[in-house]
Amino acid sequence: MKKLIDNFINALQSMDRLAVKRHIEELSGEHKPLWLIENLIAPALTALGEGWERGDVALSQVYMSGRICEELVDSILPPADNERKNQPPMAITVLEDYHMLGKRIVYSVLRAGGFELTDYGRLSTDELVDRINSDKPEVVLISVLMLPSALKIGKVKENINTSTKIIAGGAPFIFDNDLGKEVGVDEVGKNASDAIDILNKLSRVSS
Amino acid sequence: MSSYTSLTRVLTTLSHKEPDRVPFFLLVTMHGAKELGVTIKEYFSKAENVVEGQTRLREKYRHDCIYSFFYAPVETEAFGGEVIYHDDCPPNSGMPIISSEKDIKNLVAPNVYDTKCLLKVLKATEMLKGRTGDDAPLIGVVMSPFSLPVMQMGFDKYLEIIYERPDLFDLLMKINEDFCVQWANAQIEAGATAICYFDPLSSPTVTDRKIFLKTGFEIAKRTIAQIKGPVATHLASGRCLPIIDDLVKTGTAVVGTSAMEDISLLKNSCRGKLTVLGNLNGIEMRRWTSDQAEEIVKNTLAGAGHGGGFILSDNHGEIPWQVPDNVLMAISDAVHKWGVYPLDWVEDYYSSV
Repeated sequence: MKKLIDNFINALQSMDRLAVKRHIEELSGEHKPLWLIENLIAPALTALGEGWERGDVALSQVYMSGRICEELVDSILPPADNERKNQPPMAITVLEDYHMLGKRIVYSVLRAGGFELTDYGRLSTDELVDRINSDKPEVVLISVLMLPSALKIGKVKENINTSTKIIAGGAPFIFDNDLGKEVGVDEVGKNASDAIDILNKLSRVSS
Repeated sequence: MSSYTSLTRVLTTLSHKEPDRVPFFLLVTMHGAKELGVTIKEYFSKAENVVEGQTRLREKYRHDCIYSFFYAPVETEAFGGEVIYHDDCPPNSGMPIISSEKDIKNLVAPNVYDTKCLLKVLKATEMLKGRTGDDAPLIGVVMSPFSLPVMQMGFDKYLEIIYERPDLFDLLMKINEDFCVQWANAQIEAGATAICYFDPLSSPTVTDRKIFLKTGFEIAKRTIAQIKGPVATHLASGRCLPIIDDLVKTGTAVVGTSAMEDISLLKNSCRGKLTVLGNLNGIEMRRWTSDQAEEIVKNTLAGAGHGGGFILSDNHGEIPWQVPDNVLMAISDAVHKWGVYPLDWVEDYYSSV
């Protein structure tokens, strides 16, 4: 299996869409889509995310790989398919600042990992609080690039009246290991694929 | 009393020799608004404010440069984009000015000398040069042609054209390169000593080296060759170790380094080829105590100070608004205390830690 995953990663890093598709087609005869997602696609994206954190993989490769896999997963397992993971309602947003790439990457990686989530787009602190209080999602992922935006996550936590878990990620959290604790988030993602592990962990805890 | 000025101190380190003290670039922008007691938006509305702010900040923190940088989206503003101001962070760019293929095909670069926001920066540069003379280097700033499209069209759309639409990419680069050269040289003409070429996209943190060599590297070589003054490349917190030798070939003299990389490894890799600028962690900095600041500065000087070729600075090229004055003062005090050459305390320091 490791060899299969490594070959799949190589195809993704080279942006070779045809090779990526071929890998999936070769395995789809004997495996269901969800198996492919859990055993090939998600592990490959996790490895790329971890590679980025170590400095071995570029952000552009993580982004393009996520996009390619997202398209692929939508084709083999459409969003409305009954086999999609039974998962809690969750959403993703960019808080306060205008840098959308981090959210886009995490969104793609999660969808490629078989998760469905609502994209709130960019919201101010008050807008996010209102949205959480009205939608009551179980999990909200917050992406930020600017330090002041990261510091405002604390205000979101203070003002929501739900038990929503907050997962934060973005540059300020990479450069300051204590920031997550300071703003009171439930989890911090250091790379895009951390979100998959964190969501799996949260869903194991809640079940 | 040292006979060195800030300028001669910096020039000496750039020639990979030790001056009297490790040069110190405190790259403060918004803190000038605090000094003047005005909002960030008001501060950047007039050249005179930035001139006064930079002057006061250098007097206060005794650093070795003047920084005529206003804010990152000034170039996209010149292309017709919106700038969004906040009270506690640098101005951001608003909606991308490019949203379709047609927008790239119709894009026209602004003329620097007809563009209000750029003229304001040039006016500040001229005034700062008038005040500072040859005492300290005056650092102008450009966004690299390769990195500017992140603000012109949004990061995700831009990555897609890098990989999937080389025709549009080449067209956009041609426009941005011409503009960047004109903008850099206008700042040199107005009095800037050197140009800081911000190029975060070229960092291996963002772009893999194979793609970089076909894109950002070639663009930097062409652009830097046309800038009529020395250039420092800054990857704005991104890693640079895997591309140090490539950066040398672009013609740059300095590299701004990331807190994610070890300063002594960076120094060894750059020794005799590039001056290292960095790499204090600007995000963590806001919570440092004075003692921590002193220790971190000492550690950084110990790792990279020997032999010149080093300027102490932050790792991003802009100190966050949230970093308090007492931390900046502690950093300054530490470099003035421990950065005096020869750094003969370093051996004892390493044996004690």
